[in-house]
Amino acid sequence: MDRYTEQRLFGFLARASAALILGVLVMVVGVTLWRGGRVFVTDPAVMVTAPGSRYMLDGGGGFLHAVLGSIFIVVPATVVASILAISTAMFLQSDYSSERTSDVINMFLNVLWGTPPIVYGVFVLTIIIAVGAQTSLIFGTIAIAIFQYPIMTRYADEALRAAPDAVKEASYGLGATRFETARMTVRAALPGVIAGIIMGFARGIGDAATVLFTAGRSTQMPGGPFDPATTLPILIFEQAASFNAEVRSHAYAASFVLIVAVLALILASKLLAGRFARFAPGGRHS
Amino acid sequence: MGTATETDRSGGSNRLDRRLLLERLSSYWLVGAGLFAVALFGLIVLTLVQQSIPIVSEYSLFQMMTSSNWDPAADEFGFLPAIVGTIYVTVLSMAMGTPLAILAAIYIAEYAEGRTKVLVSSFIDVLAAIPSVIFGLVGLIVVVPFVGDYLAPAVGAHSIGLGIVTVSLVMAIIVTPFMISLSVESLEALPDELRESSLGVGATKWETIRTVLLRAAGPGIFSAILLGFGRVFGATIVPAMLIGGQTAIPESPFDAGETLPTLIVNDFGELMSIPLTQSALILVGLMLLVIVWIFNFGAMLVRRRLQRRWQY
Repeated sequence: MDRYTEQRLFGFLARASAALILGVLVMVVGVTLWRGGRVFVTDPAVMVTAPGSRYMLDGGGGFLHAVLGSIFIVVPATVVASILAISTAMFLQSDYSSERTSDVINMFLNVLWGTPPIVYGVFVLTIIIAVGAQTSLIFGTIAIAIFQYPIMTRYADEALRAAPDAVKEASYGLGATRFETARMTVRAALPGVIAGIIMGFARGIGDAATVLFTAGRSTQMPGGPFDPATTLPILIFEQAASFNAEVRSHAYAASFVLIVAVLALILASKLLAGRFARFAPGGRHS
Repeated sequence: MGTATETDRSGGSNRLDRRLLLERLSSYWLVGAGLFAVALFGLIVLTLVQQSIPIVSEYSLFQMMTSSNWDPAADEFGFLPAIVGTIYVTVLSMAMGTPLAILAAIYIAEYAEGRTKVLVSSFIDVLAAIPSVIFGLVGLIVVVPFVGDYLAPAVGAHSIGLGIVTVSLVMAIIVTPFMISLSVESLEALPDELRESSLGVGATKWETIRTVLLRAAGPGIFSAILLGFGRVFGATIVPAMLIGGQTAIPESPFDAGETLPTLIVNDFGELMSIPLTQSALILVGLMLLVIVWIFNFGAMLVRRRLQRRWQY
């Protein structure tokens, strides 16, 4: 094979690989929307109906419990995790810690970032057993927050690192304290930070392994923070292979809701990042 | 005017006090937040170690890792089927996913231009954000019949559709976006002089990519692959949905099997009444953590070492 044939072959292979991956993406989104959409067409109320008493057996009612569970678990978790993540990212800037400390903490964050979600689930369940509580909404929130924290910290840290030094220098030059300067830096890096929070939210709402043992896999409406709850991914996981077609169809409808939510979040993160760019020096509207 | 300056000054000193107080309080909070990462990691490791002591003191680790009999009710804890299954899935997925990811990364970094490039890379980001349960569900709808009805008969194997190959096919796609974005990053960080001088001495575009760019971006790509290994290794939901759950050593890749994470998913909760089972499963969690840690640490070391050796 001469070098030009080789060049053409690998050029083709590179294009084909990218096309294959995009094709799979289109297929995944397409199959989910098609299967879930069909369920919504025949039974539009399935998302806003509470589950019946024998839900796992006959699929009576709808999956409002999972929609509400997802919201009640992931929204507070995102709030807690983003506050912690932004604080950690602030700390990792040179003002509060030495280069060495930052490196060490970054190493731990990388390890946490790569930790399989199931390990967080096991960890939180161990704590639940140790304190003698039952699996419930609040522990699901804790597990998701722990899962989101390293993801958001990485985004926030990258965004703060990319913020121009001029912001920091100007702020110190005007006599601002470290905290005031850190706040200015966060403001300058807001597009990246917001994008990180939304991506963390999207990852949190889609993850099943962390909440599988901690939120309680309930098939009833969530009662309160100490009652068992369930989320959309758990519902899909449990019902996708059910023998009852009705129960299975709810998994399809739930995955429709989930994928629309995730796609909307990604879109929102792109749009919001553009909007908040006006706070960044050199941003679109400054 | 004068009074205004007066109040400003007194208000100013008050405000300075407040600012300094806020500064002090916030610095405690931020140091705490920085240490939280370390504390969280320490707490997870300590909890898992402490909880897995009962099983380790009862049975030897070596014996559990080499025994293929998993029957908690009879106090038999053999991890071998799960370990074999995990290795099967990891190796197969990475064997399929790595070339795909590297080629796609080359396409994005070197071939695609302008709007196509933006579009393709944002699609890759979307793929990375799709929850794994959805991949599992689509796997059940699409990949399971494909493997059971076409792929397995085509190679002369018998399969019910659920099994190691099915999981590997789906996982191969799930890890690609992650490896692609890291590889694209390191390919794009290379200076254009490298490309120009290679093309300038008469190399073709592919020769430039193969002999110069992949080598120069090697450390980054290598660590992306290692991180990908860690990802597949700890994947839980897709294997749990598609592997078919069988507690025996799989004979062929088309067999059903189990991986370490699915062992936890299938048995946790149901068997909590037996304290040793709980401890054994927490030990599995600890093993996952340690192995993923080794992969991550290896990725870091590889990047540092190769960067020195493959300098350009």
